[in-house]
Amino acid sequence: MAVTSALATDSAARAGLSRDQLLELYYWMRLTRSLEERLVNLYRQTKVVGGLFRSLGQEACAVGSAYALGRQDVLSPLIRNLGSMLVKGATPLEVLRQYMAKGDSPTRGRELNIHFGDLEDRNFVGQISHLGDMVPVMAGVTLTFRMRKEPRVGLVYVGDGATSSGAFHEGINFAAVQRCPLIVIVENNRYAYSTPTSKQCAAERLADKAAGYGIPGVRADGNDVIAAYQVTRDAVARARRGEGVTLIELMTYRRKGHAEHDNQSYVPDGEIDRWARENDPLDRYVQRLIGSEGVAPAELEALDARVQAEIDDATDVAEQSPPPEPRDCLVGIYADPPEAPALWYREGVRSAVDRHERPAGWGTHDG
Amino acid sequence: MAEATYLEAIRQGLFEEMERDPSVFCMGEDIGVYGGAFKVTEGLFDRFGAERVIDTPISETGFVGAAAGAAHMGMRPVCEMQFIDFVSCAYSILTNYVATARYRAMLPCPMVVRGPSGGYVRGGPFHSQNPEAAFLHTPGLKVVYPATAGDAKGLIKSAIRDDDCVLFFEHKYLYRRVKEELPQGDHVVPIGKARLAREGRDLSIVTYAATVWKALEAAEQLEREDGLSVEVLDLRTLLPMDDEAIVATVQKTNRVLVVHEDTVTGGIAGEITARINELAFEWLDAPVRRVAAHDVPLPYAPQLEDFVLPQTADIVRAARWLAAY
Repeated sequence: MAVTSALATDSAARAGLSRDQLLELYYWMRLTRSLEERLVNLYRQTKVVGGLFRSLGQEACAVGSAYALGRQDVLSPLIRNLGSMLVKGATPLEVLRQYMAKGDSPTRGRELNIHFGDLEDRNFVGQISHLGDMVPVMAGVTLTFRMRKEPRVGLVYVGDGATSSGAFHEGINFAAVQRCPLIVIVENNRYAYSTPTSKQCAAERLADKAAGYGIPGVRADGNDVIAAYQVTRDAVARARRGEGVTLIELMTYRRKGHAEHDNQSYVPDGEIDRWARENDPLDRYVQRLIGSEGVAPAELEALDARVQAEIDDATDVAEQSPPPEPRDCLVGIYADPPEAPALWYREGVRSAVDRHERPAGWGTHDG
Repeated sequence: MAEATYLEAIRQGLFEEMERDPSVFCMGEDIGVYGGAFKVTEGLFDRFGAERVIDTPISETGFVGAAAGAAHMGMRPVCEMQFIDFVSCAYSILTNYVATARYRAMLPCPMVVRGPSGGYVRGGPFHSQNPEAAFLHTPGLKVVYPATAGDAKGLIKSAIRDDDCVLFFEHKYLYRRVKEELPQGDHVVPIGKARLAREGRDLSIVTYAATVWKALEAAEQLEREDGLSVEVLDLRTLLPMDDEAIVATVQKTNRVLVVHEDTVTGGIAGEITARINELAFEWLDAPVRRVAAHDVPLPYAPQLEDFVLPQTADIVRAARWLAAY
């Protein structure tokens, strides 16, 4: 009896995941953290053209939740969800090329950082900076799944800040009314840029917003990768059964600033250190793997080495990547016409002025 | 074949495209069971059902954004703004998300946002707007504004088939006032091509939407009373603009009046004037002049609205000034 009970507890703690899957979760979290650390180095060497956005301390939210999706399911990541994109198949090389504004980056140098997607194969969408806007977009993506009776679901992330936006409200409400197979994850990392969640919303629990849309709202520990996986997996199953939208609030903490330049002067003394010491998602997971799953430290070290090698290789290739051809900026604004003309003052452009014909006898024209 | 009004022409276009292509569906407020505030979508719900004629919450950002998501997945959604005045509620998602999707993320976004626009109907400040100029400035969008029933049908069909987002402005003053016998069969009008509404030699009026009809009235009066031969160019598409047709009429008459119903400052007439200046300055015998609405939120009372908006008599007066220059 005691044995059965212990097994049941063990299985629940692992959320039905195999040992290999548990190690895979570790790999994705470590890859996320190490890739961002590499990006910090490149940023300091001024090889990152724009800003750098970290998800330090939030890796479990992105990795655990995205791990609950199938390949055909569509993910809409936000700026702190690099981990979810890696799980979905984005590569370190793509990420490095994006940050370094390379011509062979997924957006050919048009967009920054992790603003890129792939709806042909790996099924994640390129985000925009306007927070909340991806919720209505994902309502539409998942509306098509329902219309076509496809067994696919969508997952969209927002931060605590975006829950204040009109687009969040309109999108989740539309999806709820239409019973779209959509999971909305509010990643509550306690700060929107410098603004604490208490200045964002008077509700104690953002998950409670679900009641206003007539959908279930659940809250989970976002720094526990298994908990993030489990709560998302249940919402995915619910969506796949045709039962509609679930709102999940994952509790976490943003240990770095909004972007790399942000000195976090608005954070109370000691707060960041306390989270780093007591509630780091990777440290917690390592303890669990070694403590209750019987994983040998050497196994994790081998994974760490694999991650480093992959990032080193990708960095070498990315640094060799060419910059974009300037004139590519005119291509692909529309399907038709496929290319916009350069303006008349650009050297080498046959301009409208060159084509001017003067009617006979016109004004002061002396031929 | 019976004549069709401008409104019926749009409905026919929607109906035919939904029949032709199962990926076409409509979303909007009160468009399903009720058939829409102006009844443009009447009958679509009965024919195609609630899955393809979707009554939405009052949330232009919500359903325009949803249209974008559906368009990424291979659908061709058509969103109705109950009045085009409310497209401003979706301005951010249209200009930031939809318009940039192909360029920044290689995501196709074939969708249409359509709705009743314009004044001369005593609609007041929030049911009379012409917000087309606000979108002319956004690369990635196309802007269409037909003046005739035939063009309304042909262009809504082209808009639905276009692989990018088309904003389709419908003039509500014209909905039931203009009608014509529509061409048989699959009547499609290409986006980006202007239409010569009337040929002339002495002076050109470049315009679009309801003021096409006022320009035509003015042209007749000017011919009758002044012996002037006035050409009227109906742009039909505002983005991309048909520069060739504009330059051709300038070269023919050498005098241009640009007319539109939208307010004058920042209106499309300024852009048209700049293009004429850059492309055909040497062909001008007179400065390009504008006849457009006063820079005033559109008031309700007939005496006020009529003063603010350009009238046929204004076009006649301006054309006489230009002809005498």
